[in-house]
Amino acid sequence: MVGSIGSYTLSRIRGLGDFGLFVATSLGAIFATKRLPGRIGRAVYEQGFRCLPVILIVGAFTGMVLGLQGYYVLNRFGSEGLLGALVSLSLVREMAPVLAALMLVGQAGSALAAELGIQRNSEQIAALDTMGISSRGYLVTPRLLSAAFVFPAQTALFVAVGLWGGSLSGSLLLGVDPGVYWSSVYRAVDAEDVRECLIKAVTFGLLTTAICAYQGFHAHRIKGATGARAVSAATTKAVVISSIGILAADYIITSFLV
Amino acid sequence: MTAANTDALLRVRALRKGFDGRVVLRDVGFAVDRGSIFSVLGPSGAGKSVLLKCLAGVEDPDGGEVFFEGRPLDFRERTVRDSFRRRCSFLFQGNALFDSLTALQNVALPLEQTTNLSRAEIRERAMQALAQLELDEHAGRYPGMLSGGMQKRLALARAIVTQPEMVFFDEPTAGLDPLRRNAVFAMIAKYQALFGFTALIVTHDVVEALAVSCMVALLHQGEICFSGTPEEFAASGHPVVQSFRDSPDALRATLDALRRGDALPQEEP
Repeated sequence: MVGSIGSYTLSRIRGLGDFGLFVATSLGAIFATKRLPGRIGRAVYEQGFRCLPVILIVGAFTGMVLGLQGYYVLNRFGSEGLLGALVSLSLVREMAPVLAALMLVGQAGSALAAELGIQRNSEQIAALDTMGISSRGYLVTPRLLSAAFVFPAQTALFVAVGLWGGSLSGSLLLGVDPGVYWSSVYRAVDAEDVRECLIKAVTFGLLTTAICAYQGFHAHRIKGATGARAVSAATTKAVVISSIGILAADYIITSFLV
Repeated sequence: MTAANTDALLRVRALRKGFDGRVVLRDVGFAVDRGSIFSVLGPSGAGKSVLLKCLAGVEDPDGGEVFFEGRPLDFRERTVRDSFRRRCSFLFQGNALFDSLTALQNVALPLEQTTNLSRAEIRERAMQALAQLELDEHAGRYPGMLSGGMQKRLALARAIVTQPEMVFFDEPTAGLDPLRRNAVFAMIAKYQALFGFTALIVTHDVVEALAVSCMVALLHQGEICFSGTPEEFAASGHPVVQSFRDSPDALRATLDALRRGDALPQEEP
């Protein structure tokens, strides 16, 4: 019993070390990879433009729901004028970075894990290595660099659309004065909130992209599965670990910054 | 590691590899002369692909020595690894082409990432390699839009675009019909003569490999049980060589026995 707990703990520590090494060598390959801007551009397209619809839709509905729920709670105390503050602080501090990251993991992260898993299966990654090309530099580094600015940008967009959704349900449907709503937004959010939001977005972006890339890149190591099953298992594992990672990292960052 | 004789471009000595306690390669040794075609024959599961991956640095061998131009090849040393990979190319069983890149982009990839050539020079050299393999008309097409034979040629174009001294072929005819098998071996022989590279082929196609190779070795249960010229292979009385070489005759004998209604010969364990 003690032995199996010990060997499990050791294998987890080894896994974490391997993950750390993977991220370090991927970032270290920045200077060894040629024509990196073009690869980053493609990654921005995959993580940014292709995920735009889901960010817009989820952002709008999140804001609208916050507007509705917030209005009925604040109405009990005659404080509907604070609706803008409630919606904006909820979005900026917590909901936008977390939900945007979860949406991006669901779409871009899963696609990344599956793509790398298939490339591993079809020996494309081995082919890069035998050609003397850093497979991590070519396949992973552009995705990590792109995530560092796509996630904050998507989060900012999520906030903007969410605020608009909140004003839609609060002002247009429930009758809160738009001027009161927006002035409450401006008064509530300060630079510290925006900083916290961006720190979370960058952290979630780097963390989840690294997790998804790691899982896809090592799809051949999945025990008891090969081929398409291994790719499927790696993709599922990538999404589950990334989602848990977002929530865990959110708690840690919030406890340090608040 | 000690220095090896320098007459061979590649020399393998006592190479060992296993997975999870199962021995795949057991003290494998052979030498490949510069400018020759060397084929490693063997049935499926004999460890041929693992051998090639150990030589290309995709898998780490458990023991043994590999010498390239007489110098020990240690993939843990970055300069040795980079130098070897600049001078060698590897053709994978499934071609390992990038399906999101066009034929031209696939061929240009190693030049883009490993040289300081300008875009125009890269394009020119990639187009030249495609033209040499009669694929220049398909430069803008994706690998998925090409036939199996064209994909094989595209993989070879990518392998030769860096003008390597040695090309490793991993089961180049796996899954192909006899006509296409002949065409692929003819293609290897033609371009080997044209470019002068040294070729190491692992395959289980005996007839075709004997026709194009200067030297052959037979890998059986992780060991080299025969090494010599195709003529020596054809004349060898070694039981494993005989059973591998004469497998079509054995099949014919079995079928004759079936037709006559005789009992099937006992299968070897």
